[in-house]
Amino acid sequence: MISVLDYGMGNIGSITNMFKWIGVDSKVCDNLSSLESAQKLVLPGVGAFDHAMSRIIDLGILETLNHKALVEEIPILGICLGMQLITRGSEEGKMKGLGWIPAEVRSLPKSIGLKIPHMGWNVASTCMKSDLSDGFSEKTRFYFVHSYAVFCDDPETCIFKTSYGVDFDSGIQRGKIFGVQFHPEKSHRYGAKLLRNFANL
Amino acid sequence: MNVLRPRVIPSLLLHGESLVKTVRFGKFRYVGDPANTCRIFNELEVDELMFLDILASKEKRVPNFSLLREISTECFIPLSYGGGITSVDMAEKVLKIGFEKVVVNSAALRNIDIVSDISDKIGSQSLIVAIDVQKGWLGKVRCRGLSGKWNSGMEPVEWAQLVQSKGAGEILLTSINREGTWEGFDLELVSKVVGAVSIPVIAHGGAGCISDISNAIKVAGASAVALGSMVVFQKKDMGVLVNFPEQQQLEKALA
Repeated sequence: MISVLDYGMGNIGSITNMFKWIGVDSKVCDNLSSLESAQKLVLPGVGAFDHAMSRIIDLGILETLNHKALVEEIPILGICLGMQLITRGSEEGKMKGLGWIPAEVRSLPKSIGLKIPHMGWNVASTCMKSDLSDGFSEKTRFYFVHSYAVFCDDPETCIFKTSYGVDFDSGIQRGKIFGVQFHPEKSHRYGAKLLRNFANL
Repeated sequence: MNVLRPRVIPSLLLHGESLVKTVRFGKFRYVGDPANTCRIFNELEVDELMFLDILASKEKRVPNFSLLREISTECFIPLSYGGGITSVDMAEKVLKIGFEKVVVNSAALRNIDIVSDISDKIGSQSLIVAIDVQKGWLGKVRCRGLSGKWNSGMEPVEWAQLVQSKGAGEILLTSINREGTWEGFDLELVSKVVGAVSIPVIAHGGAGCISDISNAIKVAGASAVALGSMVVFQKKDMGVLVNFPEQQQLEKALA
């Protein structure tokens, strides 16, 4: 059973719909006790960095999230803004991130003729071997929508790389903590495969 | 530097619970059931899907949310919806159902403030303003609302610049004269609007073959194209066949 965290940051229906499509049990996690009992967690998110961190703090789930990730070490997958929250922090905001993976979030380069946000299908190339990218060919197309991107301190934590004006880390992993910048729930069979890999962990 | 492959987007017309296809916004022809059709497009791995309830504004209907919900459980690709969206709340509800973008046309022509209101709330990346353009008897080119029935008097280039300044993230530019005709996009119209704005322009209306797609993108400068008849019929005046050009074919044409 996969728990999808609903903390008021964007639509989670697409994610649970896709789990249903691929025959994986999932449920929406929108209170502390269901988070405490989660065995596998998806941390979604669309919107602004500080707004998302404030939500996590205001809902009183920060400590539990840290405990899940760092003490219980359950598999966690951050998607889009959810991935960015896993880092130390973002140029977009002032608040600290969850800091589970040593990385930072910076703005995609403007004024070189590329449209921001980076929106559309783009290629993610596999880097370090990972259970999440198991069975993927070297280059896979995923759907992206974002203006800020993750840059890891340690290249060993990068599992997917994408280029849009700059090379950024579109997939990261440390232990059982994962993050992807693209939207697997909107990337049909490639996204389905990635979420199935996560379900099989 | 890397540029994304221009998107090729099936645009499906909703009429009540059915999918239809029109010619110059008239001559409705039944195409099929929305959920079933979008399941096929999902399997064909199209870039994006757009659903337009073409008579919603004219008939003063709100979006059919239950149908949209059904579509979102069948499609795991980016989705947009237009038709009858007149408020920020409606736009947010469509996004909450699992759509990525909303499309507005008539409501914006009536009151331009809806563009900034929606854009401020959901972000410009989620807002497409549709511009339906018709050339009149005297050669005047004007933006029309309410399924093409209402002449707003706006001139397309000026209107495109105005909606961009109010926060539109993309423009869906439809030539009513070409729509459903298989005669190719109105390249002159597309390049005029593309030249006047910096946001992506989706060319729509008239596509009949792959070279029409590459012309819209390479000659007229569109960022994306929307396809109607071409992806739901076998050929002009022939039977319904949900189809989509092969990836390789598109890559070759757009390279």
